[in-house]
Amino acid sequence: MEKLRYERPIVQKMNKGLMNKFGTRTEYEPVTHIEGVPVKSMISQYGSPLFVISEKQIRRNFQSANRIFKTRYPKVQFAWSYKTNYMDAVCKVFHQEGSWAEVVSGFEYEKALRNGVPGNKIIFNGPDKSDAELLKAAQNNSLIHIDHFDELYSLIKISEDNHLKPRVAIRVNMDTGIYPKWDRFGFNYENGQAWNALTRIVNSDNLELVGLHCHIGTFMLAPWAYANAASKLCELAWSLKEKFKMTIQYIDLGGGFPSQNTLKGSYLPGSDTVPSIDQFADAITDVILGYGFKHEDLPMLILETGRALIDDAGYLLGSVLATKRLSDGRRSTIMDFGVNTLFTAFWYDHKISPAQEFGHHSEEMVLYGPLCMNIDIIRESITLPLLEKGNHVVVHKVGAYNMTQWMQFITLRPNIVMIDMDNHTHVIRKAETLDTLLENEQIPSHLEYNPLTPVASSTVETSKV
Amino acid sequence: MKLKKNVATSEEGFIFNPSTGDSFSTNPIGKDILVLLKEDKSVKEIIEAICEKYDVEPAQFEKDLDDFKSQLSDYAILD
Repeated sequence: MEKLRYERPIVQKMNKGLMNKFGTRTEYEPVTHIEGVPVKSMISQYGSPLFVISEKQIRRNFQSANRIFKTRYPKVQFAWSYKTNYMDAVCKVFHQEGSWAEVVSGFEYEKALRNGVPGNKIIFNGPDKSDAELLKAAQNNSLIHIDHFDELYSLIKISEDNHLKPRVAIRVNMDTGIYPKWDRFGFNYENGQAWNALTRIVNSDNLELVGLHCHIGTFMLAPWAYANAASKLCELAWSLKEKFKMTIQYIDLGGGFPSQNTLKGSYLPGSDTVPSIDQFADAITDVILGYGFKHEDLPMLILETGRALIDDAGYLLGSVLATKRLSDGRRSTIMDFGVNTLFTAFWYDHKISPAQEFGHHSEEMVLYGPLCMNIDIIRESITLPLLEKGNHVVVHKVGAYNMTQWMQFITLRPNIVMIDMDNHTHVIRKAETLDTLLENEQIPSHLEYNPLTPVASSTVETSKV
Repeated sequence: MKLKKNVATSEEGFIFNPSTGDSFSTNPIGKDILVLLKEDKSVKEIIEAICEKYDVEPAQFEKDLDDFKSQLSDYAILD
């Protein structure tokens, strides 16, 4: 007689509890394949945990966003936000699709150059640009977005000393009606700081003012805030035209569009609450088109969208290390990935699916990572089928910020695999080994001797003599 | 390991404890274990019976049975 499929026994108390008219769906539906590739075979080939990136999904996302903006506005340019995911393979997909590079450090700038992005298609943002980096960006004709007056005066001096005239924009911060107000980056609009910076640039013989930039926040859920931002940048562009007879070449609205992840503390899942890219596009382009610029003077619209273009192209595959019961009776499940690997677990209640068939019974549980640290919690409460040691799960929408913010802490960082357009898998970043870490460590000579190191017996005998 | 005498179980896997008024549900294998408990089977006999019927190694089931027992104890279903 064929034996029945095993599922561990559970008993659950039936509660009358408060009704939730929206309900929350239990993730019974197993995700056994990603882009046609079996999860099980990827784990057996590349190990667990494993990040998986779908090239198809990146291209679908990019092409969709590009079409949405280009059908509303004549001049649109996307610039890939390196900090969101700077795996070279990922960046190169975006560059193949036509994205420029948007970088916020010298290291990212070098990465963009190595990826074949021409200097004049690199946008250099952020508050940390050394003099050497500014000089290099100026020599490469990159777009330097100035963050503060110290940087502005440094750049003026560098340009004078080297007889250069770099193309610059300023980052403008402003009240767009949302909280928190991001005023730590760039020059403030309301108090006149931005206008002062623009005036200083216009009066400099060594800087060419070409654009205006802002980045109003992250995971923004309010399209109207972008309308406010676009309006204020248009106002500055208009004033520059009126007072200095100069036409701004581009307006850069930065990034901040959300993915469909669910922020911690949200009542409803992200898939129900996050506005579509169409709504952001409508808000932004309606303002610029309606501002009164002549058609030939319309500034190019640059977008540095990161998260919304990559998050749902990334998956994290993982395995159950153990299940146990907490003192209050709750189930706890220990996974082989934690907040060190899945950094965004600090922000999101990630959707997690089982990767194999289960019965219809499920249970509420706490999902812990493998770290011997109390902070390592992936989901404080999630209802999943009856997981057992060795079962696999798929974490969804992890393409943004994990492969850049992950921590080498207690465990080593895993392989990253890309599934290409023909559903073939490629390792795009090898798993770390002990050697990866030791490569940069050095031991002072007086610490080379270790009394705990076993010595050969003959040596011991000799020393006794 | 014995079920409380007044605890009622149904064929669908529902459990009712009249002393507390609490109701519980269990999965098919849980129901099978409850039936075996009602028949006063020993832990060894339960392990043999379940491993005969389901595709599971005795060591794994023993671990899960311990966990199931602790759930039943927490819910005051066991004597």
